[in-house]
Amino acid sequence: MQLVAAVHKDLLLQWRGRAQAIAIFVFGATSLLLFSFAIGPNAEALRQHAAGFIWLALLLSSTLTLAESFQSEMEEHALEGLLLLPADARALYYGKALANWAQLTLLGVALVPLTVVLYDAPLPRAGGLLGIIMLGAAGLSGPGTLYAAMTSQTRAQQTLLPLLLFPLVVPVLLASVKATSLLILGDPMGQLRSWTILLVCFDAIHWSVCGLLFDRVVED
Amino acid sequence: MVTGRNGSGKSTLLRILATAIRPHRGTARVEGLDLRGQTRDVRRRVALLSHHHYLYDSLTALENLQIAARFLNRDPSRKALLPLLAEVGLADRADDAPVGFSAGMRKRLALARVLLPPASVVLLDEPYGQLDPPGFRLVDRLVARWREQGATVLMATHLLERGGDLCDGAIVLDEGRLTWEGPAREVAAQSGLAAPVLVEGGA
Amino acid sequence: MERNGEMRAYVLGAIGVALLVWGSWWGLFWAPRESFMGDVQRIMYVHVPVAWNAMLALTFAFACALASLLRGGWKWDSRLEAAMEVGVALAVLLCILGSIWAKPTWGVWWDWDPRLTTTAIMVSAFAGILALRHFVDDPVKRATWSAVAAIVAFVDVPIVYFSVRWWNSLHQLQSSPETVSRAFHWPLRINAFGILFLMAGMIDLRARVAALRLEGELAPPLPESGREGVR
Repeated sequence: MQLVAAVHKDLLLQWRGRAQAIAIFVFGATSLLLFSFAIGPNAEALRQHAAGFIWLALLLSSTLTLAESFQSEMEEHALEGLLLLPADARALYYGKALANWAQLTLLGVALVPLTVVLYDAPLPRAGGLLGIIMLGAAGLSGPGTLYAAMTSQTRAQQTLLPLLLFPLVVPVLLASVKATSLLILGDPMGQLRSWTILLVCFDAIHWSVCGLLFDRVVED
Repeated sequence: MVTGRNGSGKSTLLRILATAIRPHRGTARVEGLDLRGQTRDVRRRVALLSHHHYLYDSLTALENLQIAARFLNRDPSRKALLPLLAEVGLADRADDAPVGFSAGMRKRLALARVLLPPASVVLLDEPYGQLDPPGFRLVDRLVARWREQGATVLMATHLLERGGDLCDGAIVLDEGRLTWEGPAREVAAQSGLAAPVLVEGGA
Repeated sequence: MERNGEMRAYVLGAIGVALLVWGSWWGLFWAPRESFMGDVQRIMYVHVPVAWNAMLALTFAFACALASLLRGGWKWDSRLEAAMEVGVALAVLLCILGSIWAKPTWGVWWDWDPRLTTTAIMVSAFAGILALRHFVDDPVKRATWSAVAAIVAFVDVPIVYFSVRWWNSLHQLQSSPETVSRAFHWPLRINAFGILFLMAGMIDLRARVAALRLEGELAPPLPESGREGVR
């Protein structure tokens, strides 16, 4: 099945490019460290803001991950080669989006221990946190893959990708930060569910809409 | 055989026929199928050797073929694909990544990739480019085999004599317009062409 | 034909300006002073019409994007560019007006009101798409990509609005200059139509400019029936 072939290809490409993934993790970790300087060594304030900063770090790192995911496709026009086989553009989109989602989830999970240490953030509900990271990563990866495909064909990818993506994923940022904050600091009013539903809706809508539009973006 | 000077539109023509790019105006058909309306069906029948090699530099030669094979629903096992690499002379480099290959070797890998799908129309854009003399003979062999299998081969090349021998018919392009049509052997005699492009017509 | 078209744009603009002058004069000088907020409330006569029209412009942009993708035709792409530019300009104006209202009323320049915040986010989203257009040289790709991006951005608007509203509701309950009692309706409506006509004129003119530039870019003349490179 084409989707399986696509996922296989993208995971293989990611595995081969793991050195870059590690570098992106270092970037994310450094960002977390730098953000803490903006607050200062006030443990209470740091704990309050931990959720915001881990998601900011993830958001910034995601532009690197997403841009890189299309690097190998565009170098020798491999993506065009696949489309001519013929390969289904939709399968190519979902394969890439799923692989990016996996990588962003891993990145998020990898940043958690660092957040716990630097920001003194307790982790009473680690399972819930994993769920939020997965939903948030999906929210970044869905539209992000579409825009990465688009901008990798332009001259100014590094500027255009964040410029286009960031306003779009504001709901993901808001919801993920709130949900993470509730998980870390406690949820007396039971709001976690609404934020989770928001994330699910965002992901569902964008993964379908972007999947539909992908072939217009990569076909000539 | 399609021929013409540099920039006359030979690559563009092949890319349009392969549905890699869409023409702004007009219609075209490949084996009776409309390029715009039945793109998928056209792609199933056409194989293109482009000057873009369509390779993943970070994956090995074998893995590159395996990916294509999977999308084509063909057997992606090592056993099935190694003979293809052997055919183009890359069997010993199966587990190396194309990033370390010479230009000629990359061309050979691209040729192997073109061998994968069961195409009835084969489009070759400068197949002899970057190859050494054994490579030339390889291309000749492959073209002959495609013709035997009943496929139509369209070749764009700067090697007039070779193309003249291999191909049946030829057309000449100049700035995107057809300016001459006739038997391939006579193209060399047509003066004023610095670098003709030969398109070979089969069936 | 060309000159008639241009005339149309100017006529629309002139009607718009006339209505705006009438409506604003009424609102600023004749309408009764609002008891609670005072004269500051008069900004409503511009703020609300600008809000309606900004949303209208961006909705029109969405329609143009859909038409551009589904039906093809260069005129839709030109209109998309024009609608986005005018929409972004109005939205920026909206944010400025909102700030001008917020400072004397709440003491802060920005109060994270859900509607204004969503507007600010939409400004960045559509400004980004306009930037994208500048970096793509191929007109066909430019048209397709900006249509795709505009559709995704517009689909996102309600989600952004709801998320900001929930996010904000936990912190503050300030309101923006939205509620208007019946006595003040007429100047509002006049101004709304004023801006509508002005906007229509501007979009028309701007679309014309975009179409002319496209003609310069495409070597053969523009095809009559539509952009044949699109399905």
